[in-house]
Amino acid sequence: MSAIAGTKSSLTWAVQISTLALVLLWLFPTIGLLVSSFRTVDQINSSGWWASLSAAEQNEVYRAADPDENRVADGDVFVVSGNLFGGEGSKTISVWGTSSRAIDAYTAGETADLGDGETVTVQGNGDYEWVGTDDQISGRGQRIFVTVTSPPEFTFDNYDTVLTGGYSDGGMTRAFFNTLTVTIPATIIPIVVAAFAAYALAWMEFPGRALLIAMVVGLLVVPLQLALIPLLRLHLEIGIGKGYLGTWLAHTGFGLPLAIYLLRNYMVGLPKDIIENAKVDGATDFQIFTKIILPLSFPALASFAIFQFLWTWNDLLVAKVFLIDATGETTVMTNQIVELLGTRGGNWEILATAAFVSIAVPLVVFFMMQKYLVRGLLAGSVK
Amino acid sequence: MNPAIQGLITIIVGVGGCVAYFYFSNQFLDKVIFPATGKNAGRNISRANMVRPWLFLFPAIFALGLYLAYPVVETLRLSLTDRDAGGAFVGLANYEQMMGEPKFWEALRNNFIWLLVVPALSTAFGLLVAQLTDRLSWGSIAKSLIFMPMAISFVGASVIFRLIYVARPEDQAQIGVLNSVWLQFDGGAGSFFVLKLLPALLLLCFIAATAYIIYLLVQPIISGGRSGGGLATAGRALVTVVGAYLIFEALGAIVSLFGAVLPYGEPQQWLTIPFFNNFFLMVVLIWIQTGFAMVILSAALRGIPEETIEAAIIDGANPLQVFFKIKVPQIMGTIVVVWTTVTLTVLKVFDIVFAMTNGQWETQVLANYMFDKLFRANDWGVGSASAIIIMVLVSPILIWNVYNARKEMR
Repeated sequence: MSAIAGTKSSLTWAVQISTLALVLLWLFPTIGLLVSSFRTVDQINSSGWWASLSAAEQNEVYRAADPDENRVADGDVFVVSGNLFGGEGSKTISVWGTSSRAIDAYTAGETADLGDGETVTVQGNGDYEWVGTDDQISGRGQRIFVTVTSPPEFTFDNYDTVLTGGYSDGGMTRAFFNTLTVTIPATIIPIVVAAFAAYALAWMEFPGRALLIAMVVGLLVVPLQLALIPLLRLHLEIGIGKGYLGTWLAHTGFGLPLAIYLLRNYMVGLPKDIIENAKVDGATDFQIFTKIILPLSFPALASFAIFQFLWTWNDLLVAKVFLIDATGETTVMTNQIVELLGTRGGNWEILATAAFVSIAVPLVVFFMMQKYLVRGLLAGSVK
Repeated sequence: MNPAIQGLITIIVGVGGCVAYFYFSNQFLDKVIFPATGKNAGRNISRANMVRPWLFLFPAIFALGLYLAYPVVETLRLSLTDRDAGGAFVGLANYEQMMGEPKFWEALRNNFIWLLVVPALSTAFGLLVAQLTDRLSWGSIAKSLIFMPMAISFVGASVIFRLIYVARPEDQAQIGVLNSVWLQFDGGAGSFFVLKLLPALLLLCFIAATAYIIYLLVQPIISGGRSGGGLATAGRALVTVVGAYLIFEALGAIVSLFGAVLPYGEPQQWLTIPFFNNFFLMVVLIWIQTGFAMVILSAALRGIPEETIEAAIIDGANPLQVFFKIKVPQIMGTIVVVWTTVTLTVLKVFDIVFAMTNGQWETQVLANYMFDKLFRANDWGVGSASAIIIMVLVSPILIWNVYNARKEMR
């Protein structure tokens, strides 16, 4: 047996390291989004998010203040002085220049001689002094090219913009509540309907039961794409149109096969004695169901609830077909993000933040209820 | 009105209505139609109990029938009619029109690649992680981190991966990881190993695996006898032909790989490179589905009796042999289930393509093609026809599912 022990210890390190590598690989994309959502626009554009903890270097162009208004006479020369960054910010200038062909001609603190006694001095913190004669210090402000290093900077501003920046500007608050409005009834209604059906299929005797179960199993795989056209037509004909009611009904219909399947599998496994005893004691099926079966089925109910919640929260197709009308008032978060991808495809601070807002709730639910989610998966797939 | 309050009211009305149905319909049955009092009490109770299952089942059957069963028939009917002609019967004209469109064939081809790659890689990664984390002290943490993308929407995942693939002009800092890595390659020895030798080796592995599967399928026919009927033989022949085609394609890919001149040092717009962009989209789904495969397969691995593994180790099997010859055969049934489930997801996946490329640059898939026909071209006929194609692709799994369920019930 010593050989077995030896084999294991030599492999342990390889296993540990490869697992760690896989986990990091899987986490890497999400972390990128999370980090990006806390960075400022400048920082996102100047370096990759993986470099967000080190100082970012960036080339910028500034113009000295308008000489006609700001120049101060100093003997026979005029002086324009001020701060390139407007006196705020934590950027540091490393090198600078006065022409686009040599943007790194001078280091911070040096004085550039522009000829005929005209000089510019730029300090590391952005303070500048532009000195010259009446003729030289006129017209437009001197252009100054700087290479700045800005320290790592993290901010909640993106979340502020996305959540309260108004609807047209990518404000997600409304979409967030819309998504909630879709999700909560679309999670609870199928559970109620499916629980009663699952009880009937598991514990009540009636003709055609086996056929019904086979039907449910078959419908598990029917692609919901098939349902879009006929049901949209139906909804429009009977006057539901596009709206919450139709969306709830659609999500209920599409979620039911899995719900009935999961709950029935679970309820069949409950002890028969309890139910028979209750019947002998004169309980009706309705009482047995609400007083005995429902409390006992909590794990299965929870696991389906998580599935249905994640599915409805993350859904795009059903919302696009049955919910979102021309006014766009009832848009959900997934759709909002797709639209942002079209209109704000380059604004990563908005995109990353919006995406993270929509991801946050399912992630919280996932980590809190993971136990039940796994149990549901196993009941549904391995049986 | 505040959207929060509006939402709350709709929630209360919707859920309340549903609960009210069950409560009052049962009350109505017991108190009004068949009251359990008076001289007919006994008969009434048994009558009520005959009706009750249907009372319990009615909403479910109604919803299932209306939202899943009826659409199958109705979509089939719609696919044979023309909307412009006022819903007139046009036979197979919609299908003919669809077959004439290059976009449809592109979608079909891409779907085929998706079906080949995504379930295989998701299952393989899932199995790998399940095996690696099996005895690890921090295994459950590792598992839940890899499982986490399950909770992320396809749209959210698309944004996440767009950030990885994003390209900026050459003179700006790259903020996408992939381009940042790509710019490290300069055509030297390292580039040759990573970009040419490694992919070629992967393709060789794929060829070897395919050839082995073909060998397993063909061997019983050649050695005679136990091939198990005409249908099974036809199935084996079909898989063999498809496999041979894939091997041929893979060989061609290796040759062109070594001949290719790669654009080193330039940022690439990954999502616009035809053919290869499909794989960049598939990565998103694999990333999401691996966790699912892992959870189920790791439960299956736990279920393997210890004795078989111990016996193999005592007989001198090395870890690889234990894994491939003892563990994998015992969980083959679960692997097939996982494979099938991921296949179903692949057939229905719409959001990823919609959010990342919207089918441009030759990345169209059937589900997105259908959405396009339906809501852009407003062509219900062809849209329905493509939905039927998806249904046809799913139906073998449907039949297999029902068959298995019936076997279990007996």
